[in-house]
Amino acid sequence: MPSPVELTVNGKPVTVPAEATVAVAMMIAGVACRTSVSGEPRSALCGMGICFECRVVINGLPHCRSCQILCQPGMDVRANE
Amino acid sequence: MNSGSTGPFDVLVVGGGPAGLSAATRVVECGKHVAIVDDNLTLGGQIWRGSPRGNPGLVDLFEPLRQSLSKLAVLSGTRVFDHPAPGVLLAEQADDVCALRYDKLILATGARERFLPFPGWTLPKVMGAGGLQAMVKSGLPIEGKRVVVAGTGPLLLAVASYLKRHGAQVVLICEQASWSALAAFGLRLIGFRQKIKEALELQGKIAGIPFAANTWPVAALGSSKLESVTISRGGKTSQIACDYLACGFHLVPNTELPLLLGCELENDNVKVDEFQETTVPGIFCAGEPLGIGGVESAIVEGAIAGLTACGQKPSGDSDLFRARRKARRFARLMERTFALRRELKDLPTTNTVVCRCEDVTYARLKQHSSWRAGKLHTRCGMGPCQGRVCGPATKFLFDWNPDSVRPPIFPARVESLATSRNGT
Repeated sequence: MPSPVELTVNGKPVTVPAEATVAVAMMIAGVACRTSVSGEPRSALCGMGICFECRVVINGLPHCRSCQILCQPGMDVRANE
Repeated sequence: MNSGSTGPFDVLVVGGGPAGLSAATRVVECGKHVAIVDDNLTLGGQIWRGSPRGNPGLVDLFEPLRQSLSKLAVLSGTRVFDHPAPGVLLAEQADDVCALRYDKLILATGARERFLPFPGWTLPKVMGAGGLQAMVKSGLPIEGKRVVVAGTGPLLLAVASYLKRHGAQVVLICEQASWSALAAFGLRLIGFRQKIKEALELQGKIAGIPFAANTWPVAALGSSKLESVTISRGGKTSQIACDYLACGFHLVPNTELPLLLGCELENDNVKVDEFQETTVPGIFCAGEPLGIGGVESAIVEGAIAGLTACGQKPSGDSDLFRARRKARRFARLMERTFALRRELKDLPTTNTVVCRCEDVTYARLKQHSSWRAGKLHTRCGMGPCQGRVCGPATKFLFDWNPDSVRPPIFPARVESLATSRNGT
């Protein structure tokens, strides 16, 4: 059984199952993925990379679709503001 | 960022679900060089997402391919965004942009869920039915969570059964179709022995989950995340507390790439001849883009496309054609059974967001007479999803038809677009 992965979400440490996607890490951390243009919190809708609601900033790179990216140890994930 | 070129492949298959894998298998059997390109991290499509474990269908299709890896290139996590010249597609990977060269092309782009707007549908933890299942397959803990599964189509039952197996408490399955439509569907299944078997198996698995027909979500409630859902059931509304609402209204074909390539549609589905060739010579299509037909039609159409692309057209009395006729009959039956009821058009209220990328409300859109007018005046459909969510929704709500497709068909990095302009 591969070991869990530790990363940070909005600066706080989070542990997720091995091979979890970043969208799952956001859900486990209990934070929204992004703030919409009118200020609403949004999270993954389609889970398959088409809706773009789960966009986050990963290691400084904005607009990453978190449902299509696996968590890596030490990854710095932040909500897409 | 790196840029490169790969191929030319005798056959390039776009989409690694059942149709694409089936097509690639036949191409490998014909001794030709094939590549599968897929946006997702793993092959199998949405239905067999992730590992082959517990997916015998994926193993059946994938095993022959695994033995012929020298004839096969698999490009996962690779998303096609442009078609700069004949015989070339451009795709983005994590850090690369890549030109994929091909002689023949097979489009197996699959389908996505149809989402319909209702008050509160933008709250976190209101997700697609397939969407929540995909998240659980990607590691989301669901044990002990209360889930309402709602919308329409056979996917609801499959998702509910999957979630229950993983420890979720599925509070209710809300199917908008009427009992009479479902009963007629059940009777007609008699012509489809395999489907009866599947239905009975599924019935065993969903035993104990309450199921209601004539029932749909009216509103999702909560402050920063979902707390409960209001449903309409047999003309009465009631409220159910839940942690997740998994809500999808059947599927819609992914036709963006076929349209970009100039393939004609017919009734919103890609038009093909009896050998799966689109209206563009040398470009084939199989599976859901031809109309939602499920895994059987995808596999048989993929096989016909793969053989034909290799110059090995199946003969007219081939079992493949018989299997396809039957699978397509089933598809038409599904379409009738799970047709959307008109009451769903009245779900959005004035302030309900319809375009989630640009936060365009129902009231703002209602003032316009077409997709194009709505887009120009409100930016509806101009966000990163490029109308993949609001397009099918506004088609249902207002009878709007999205206009032509332009590259890039997915948001791409500036560097990738520069490659595109240079005519790689």
